[in-house]
Amino acid sequence: MERRIEVFTKKDFPDTLGNEIKSEIENIGITSVDEIRIAQVYLIDGDLSTEDVKCICNELLTDGLTQDCVYYNGLSDSSTNVWAGPSARPATPFGRAERAGKKRHKDNVVYTIEVARKQGVMDPVESTVIKGIRDLGLDAKSVKTTRKFLITGVLTLDQAETIANKVLANKIIEDVFINKHNLFYEKKEAIDYVFRKNILEILNAEDEQLQSISEKGQLYLNIQEMKAVQEYFTTLSRNPTDVELETIAQTWSEHCMHKTFKGVIEYNGECIDNLLANTIMKVTSELNKPWCVSVFKDNAGIIEFDEDYDICFKVETHNHPSAIEPYGGANTGIGGVIRDTLGTGLGAKPILNTDVFCFGPLDLPEEKVPEGALHPKRIFKGVVAGVRDYGNRMGIPTANGAIFFDERYTSNPLVYCGNVGLIPKDKCGKESYEGDLILLVGGRTGRDGIHGATFSSVELTQQSEVVSGGAVQIGNPIMEKKVTDVLLMARDKGLYNNITDCGAGGLSSAVGEMGKDLGAVVDLEKVPLKYEGLSYSEIWISEAQERMVLSVPPENKEEIKAVFQQEDVEATFIGEFTGDKRLHLRYKGEIVADIEMDFLHNGLPRIKRKAIWHSPSHEEPKIAEKKDYGEDLKKVLSSWNVCSKEWVIRQYDHEVQGGSVLKPLQGINNDGPGDACVIRPLLGSNKGIAVSNGMNPRYGDIDPYHMAASAIDEALRQIISVGGNLERVALLDNFSWGNTNKPECLGGLVRAAKGCYDTALGYETPFISGKDSLNNEFKLGDKTVSIPPSLLISTVCVMSDVTKAISMDVKEHGNLIYILGLTKNELGGSHYYYIHDFKGNSVPVVDTKMGKRIMELLSSATEKGLVRSCHDCSEGGLAVATAEMSFAGGYGMELDLSLVPIDKGVDRDDIILFSESNTRFIVEVQPQNQKELEDVINDIPYGRIGRVVGNDVFTVLSQSGKKSISEKISDLKEAWQATLRL
Amino acid sequence: MTIKAETLNNKPKAIILRTAGTNCDNETKYALEKAGAFVDLIHINQVLNEKSLLGLYQILVLPGGFTYGDDIAAGKVLANQLRHHLLDELIQFVDDGKLIIGICNGFQVLVKMGLLPRINDIQYSLNGHKQEFTLAYNDSNKFEDRWVYLRAFSNKSVFIDKDTILYIPVANAEGKFMAKNEEKLRMLSESEQIVFKYVDEEGNISGYPWDPSGSMGNVAGVCDPTGRILGMMPHPERHVEPTQHPRWTREGLKAEGEGIIIFRKAVDYIKEKMWKKKL
Repeated sequence: MERRIEVFTKKDFPDTLGNEIKSEIENIGITSVDEIRIAQVYLIDGDLSTEDVKCICNELLTDGLTQDCVYYNGLSDSSTNVWAGPSARPATPFGRAERAGKKRHKDNVVYTIEVARKQGVMDPVESTVIKGIRDLGLDAKSVKTTRKFLITGVLTLDQAETIANKVLANKIIEDVFINKHNLFYEKKEAIDYVFRKNILEILNAEDEQLQSISEKGQLYLNIQEMKAVQEYFTTLSRNPTDVELETIAQTWSEHCMHKTFKGVIEYNGECIDNLLANTIMKVTSELNKPWCVSVFKDNAGIIEFDEDYDICFKVETHNHPSAIEPYGGANTGIGGVIRDTLGTGLGAKPILNTDVFCFGPLDLPEEKVPEGALHPKRIFKGVVAGVRDYGNRMGIPTANGAIFFDERYTSNPLVYCGNVGLIPKDKCGKESYEGDLILLVGGRTGRDGIHGATFSSVELTQQSEVVSGGAVQIGNPIMEKKVTDVLLMARDKGLYNNITDCGAGGLSSAVGEMGKDLGAVVDLEKVPLKYEGLSYSEIWISEAQERMVLSVPPENKEEIKAVFQQEDVEATFIGEFTGDKRLHLRYKGEIVADIEMDFLHNGLPRIKRKAIWHSPSHEEPKIAEKKDYGEDLKKVLSSWNVCSKEWVIRQYDHEVQGGSVLKPLQGINNDGPGDACVIRPLLGSNKGIAVSNGMNPRYGDIDPYHMAASAIDEALRQIISVGGNLERVALLDNFSWGNTNKPECLGGLVRAAKGCYDTALGYETPFISGKDSLNNEFKLGDKTVSIPPSLLISTVCVMSDVTKAISMDVKEHGNLIYILGLTKNELGGSHYYYIHDFKGNSVPVVDTKMGKRIMELLSSATEKGLVRSCHDCSEGGLAVATAEMSFAGGYGMELDLSLVPIDKGVDRDDIILFSESNTRFIVEVQPQNQKELEDVINDIPYGRIGRVVGNDVFTVLSQSGKKSISEKISDLKEAWQATLRL
Repeated sequence: MTIKAETLNNKPKAIILRTAGTNCDNETKYALEKAGAFVDLIHINQVLNEKSLLGLYQILVLPGGFTYGDDIAAGKVLANQLRHHLLDELIQFVDDGKLIIGICNGFQVLVKMGLLPRINDIQYSLNGHKQEFTLAYNDSNKFEDRWVYLRAFSNKSVFIDKDTILYIPVANAEGKFMAKNEEKLRMLSESEQIVFKYVDEEGNISGYPWDPSGSMGNVAGVCDPTGRILGMMPHPERHVEPTQHPRWTREGLKAEGEGIIIFRKAVDYIKEKMWKKKL
């Protein structure tokens, strides 16, 4: 029998969530809501007596102190058969009659809005509740949860609908029911799947038909690719099955194959055969660092850490799913990159998360949000919550990240998720052998995430939410945590030969990759399903989360199963690696696919693309010189990209695992903006790693080459600032770009890749891994908005002694302030221009010869203990860097611009204050170390520009000796903090 | 895997109970070992299969994490599991003079299963359990990672001396300690069971952000009437090393982190009180 249980906060306790939702509703302009009460609803099906249900309510579902509950026989709340508990008082939750009698306004109406996840959408709570009921000695067949909102106010039905769609629910994954008591989620009968082998006629198809097969099947293969498929099946003298086409489409997708980067590009007359091999990967092979253990071949790049362990690092994007369902998209983004770590070598332990986001401005007026897109603020909050809930539950510290805002990210936000892992040295290699069994572990397979790999390779449209809803999923972090715990035990027992994660492309991608050189056979009906009704094809390409695929020698079959079973993780053998170099798929004995691995992996016709590049010319800014730049400084500090991200950072557990050495928030009040984060992966050892990122899409509007160079420089600066050094730094690249079928757009990509090559080579820092996400544009009717060129550089540095790490806050008054590096007339793309609504053209360039020298000398000064604090100059230049150090440390500063080493052409105070020239550091030094420091840095440009003072005033003298900034540090800090105090 | 704890005689033995979603087990193990204990990480399935296992240990730790995802409410499902499958053994554990500590999620579990605070006169039993205390959503309605000052307000707990000040981090979304009413809170205070309160850097009671959750009476940690069960929201295991302090680069590296005291007192108690008494 089915029961409906509603749990709600007692009337005399504040409903904090209800209050928060009320303020979010006010944010979308509806101010007439009087009160919101929320009930958590459980629909339980099982053979349970009334006493049993009361027990479940009291013992499991209700907090005796703060909550009440009611239950109904049947799924609907219109039933009169009500029991209330655990408090004795009569408790219709916010009962219809009761509330009606208490109307605060005479026109108040009450709306019931119930939000339920669509069938098939993951809800981890359901299985937890079933577990809890079993612990009570009872049993339930199924559980479904929903949330019910009772909204009281002067509201029209239209407004209630707006509230439901814009605040309470996302119709991509949820159904909304307003004022309906009769139930919708009445159980739909499970549809049994009846096997039918689907064969598609392509042998005799004309081009148009081929195109249409590709489109209808959401294969996203172009005509040349479809023709290659046709040719292959002609040689086999038969038509393909649907699952064969799906497998080819997934394997050949941009997401999995990187066809643009690996294709042939004709660029301004130059022919580049494989851009990746000629730039990013070339640096690594030319530098040939002995400490690079595994680069560009595994799920993450691996470098040496200490005698016993190595470190791996990977950053992924999850842009398109986050655009249409921010919480689930970010959730599964972080979940996916953690699985990359688990699938690196024979499995690494995840020790650190990083995240970098790009959104539209949070104050964007509603009317500027295109149809079919969500408001940036909703995306922002959803993404942060998604990363938070997954990372925190997994027990992995999230300690490094950044957020960028630009209107062009409104409909196509970017979500980069990274993960660092720790792996024993003898677990870095892996290889499947003929006869190995294929073991699938972790979550069950459902209809979720179908076509994720292909979906992420095309542009978004206002239709995306409709056609690609299935591509979106919600993660189950506890499942992944369980898998992690047991997997590492199985690894240490040496029970398997190979492993990879089920990511984009699901089993198709995982088994296809692992069996590339051997061949594989899989019996699809063996895959454990969340629910019945999946076709063989859906089973094969489903991107259901939290699954890993292992290659197990037959002799370990029983032992490995037992290990997983011990901690309640499902593990199922689904096939084996054969040695015949073919991919066979069977469903209950019927062969549904039989193709050669060689065709699958090498049959993709290479694409040739044209790329061109013309330097754009932006308006040269005309900004009048001022006497006082205090207001400009505050404006830059409060701008979206510079302002404090504390609201976000504190929601991440950045200290779990106990390894944190330099936290993301630093200074006298633990709230200043740290550079790289530093952690010790092994408690008890002082060896550590520093992790940072660099990105500046605004430079890309001027020249992606210099954007790339500056991003590398910025990421390295942060490493050097905290006490790392260039000798042990590895880089990761993540390109998020617009539509590279357009020659100008591809030209920018080529420029950026070339910038990566030159700069990384100059700094002698190899790339070890990377990823690209192309076609980030949003089509609305005939208008297309492309994201700005967005290259994220992530870096990891191995530090031999973390007790020498340096934070960015000034430490004592009386100390001297130095600037290292040359300030040039480089305000192009700067934040100073941004607050004045200009872009300019003088984009910062990187001089790696000088830059390398500066970084090396600063590292040696830090090593000698001469540096008290250090911060790099990035967005907002010298002025922002010094101001941040000052208010983070709680002391004022006195600086003199005439002492700053400048390049020719720097003739104004605002250039010195706000230019964003690369490779510059602000360093605090104790007076007694002045000489020793100056001896170390004597052959690079530096200036002793001022000192830390005991009062609370930040003062800057102009070149002519007049006060150009004089602000209280509390005012500067307030400007910096107020923007994102949500 | 598990080394049989009984083979090591000179060190108190601690069991850290883990299950799906436990995630502070390794650093808690590190802290206990640093304090001189021998530590096993044991999955709850193993204990439920062999309940006598608990007899090998003198200290039981319920560490931080999100057990079973904190679905339904933080710690609720593990509390339910322990209440219905391991309650007698846990009560016996304490009656034997041994120690239990729940940190963050572990504290939530202990309160929700009724082992804490067990105000003096209310004898715990399965049927008569009327929950009078809980940990609810923070006033801020969100997860926050933040360093806090704690002051010990009681001498009852064996884990800390009165008036000790600790600087350690909290990291939770549901850390707001609540009593059913002011009267219950007063009773708790009178029986000296309020062990820790959130204070400011001078040691005075203060509101947000000093008390990040908005707890009734600024309560951060409580003990049972014997003083041998301690539950606290902040994480002492996250400050046992000098480099874990958020301002060590300003204030210099100390010999060790302040949170170690909790674990050291536990280890010393077993050695000096429990074992000596037996001799």
